[in-house]
Amino acid sequence: MIWDSWSDFLAMGGYARYVWGSFGVVLVALGVEQLMLALQREDAETAVRLASLQQRGRQ
Amino acid sequence: MSASHTLPAARPFSGGKRWLRYAAPQAFFPLAGRLLPWLLGAALLLAAAGLYLGLLVAPPDRQQGDAYRIIFIHVPAAWLSMVIYVAMAFWAGIGLVFNTRLSSMMASALAPTGALFTFLALWTGALWGKPTWGAWWVWDARLTSELLLLFLYLGFMALQAAIDDPRRADRAGAVLALAGVVNVPVIYFSVQWWNTLHQGSSLSARGASMAPIVLQAMLVMTLALWAYAIAAVLQRLRNIVLERERHTEWVRQYLAENKR
Repeated sequence: MIWDSWSDFLAMGGYARYVWGSFGVVLVALGVEQLMLALQREDAETAVRLASLQQRGRQ
Repeated sequence: MSASHTLPAARPFSGGKRWLRYAAPQAFFPLAGRLLPWLLGAALLLAAAGLYLGLLVAPPDRQQGDAYRIIFIHVPAAWLSMVIYVAMAFWAGIGLVFNTRLSSMMASALAPTGALFTFLALWTGALWGKPTWGAWWVWDARLTSELLLLFLYLGFMALQAAIDDPRRADRAGAVLALAGVVNVPVIYFSVQWWNTLHQGSSLSARGASMAPIVLQAMLVMTLALWAYAIAAVLQRLRNIVLERERHTEWVRQYLAENKR
């Protein structure tokens, strides 16, 4: 552990906005990707249900 | 459109090649689903370890102070952006030559995650460039070729989205992906071929140009992002399989048996 205090850690030796701007945006980006994957899954399942209804209607 | 509605649940596979079984979407789909929790779990644990080493244990750099810590996310993201492109071109090419549906779907599943890591490599690079070079962006060979990589990913995705017939979209995308693959060695060797502002390779045949703790943290973060990327790509591949195979019996059965 190289930091003396919590605020010391957050300050990142004066480079806080660059360091946290990097790690923070990566975290947000991966979170958004996971959200979009979950929505895409919902859409795909809806498409499967729709296809099955259409097929039943045709029979 | 009627023939595709009644695919058999399992098709005959050649006896000695059991791994080829997983080239069929209906065999691959549940396997990928079983791998997902392990991959996401590994990504979380490795990221926790890597961030601990990189942000709490590694000392500040003598010249760059704490700004250098961006390396722990920048280099792994940049490596992944290139690796994913090569994987995308490989699977697109396999799909083009052997006409295997799952290979082409794999290429489509890789593209958005590849584009995301390319964007993150550029973003973290800009945030690292500002305090160290005094500029967010320079038209340097390394940065320009990485920006071209982002446009190749976006072009691949836009091209596939513009073509309605999935198999035609696969083929058109494959041609673009394969043509763009020459850009990857250009990115990688740009720091040697041209006189660039960007620093040289962190790792080379001569070894690493950094302290052991810095190298360790960077490699652990690389493994974390690899595990995450594989998980995200498998999730997207499963979604694409569901969507494209929605008329088949096995998809309907799978969803009926695996209600969440």
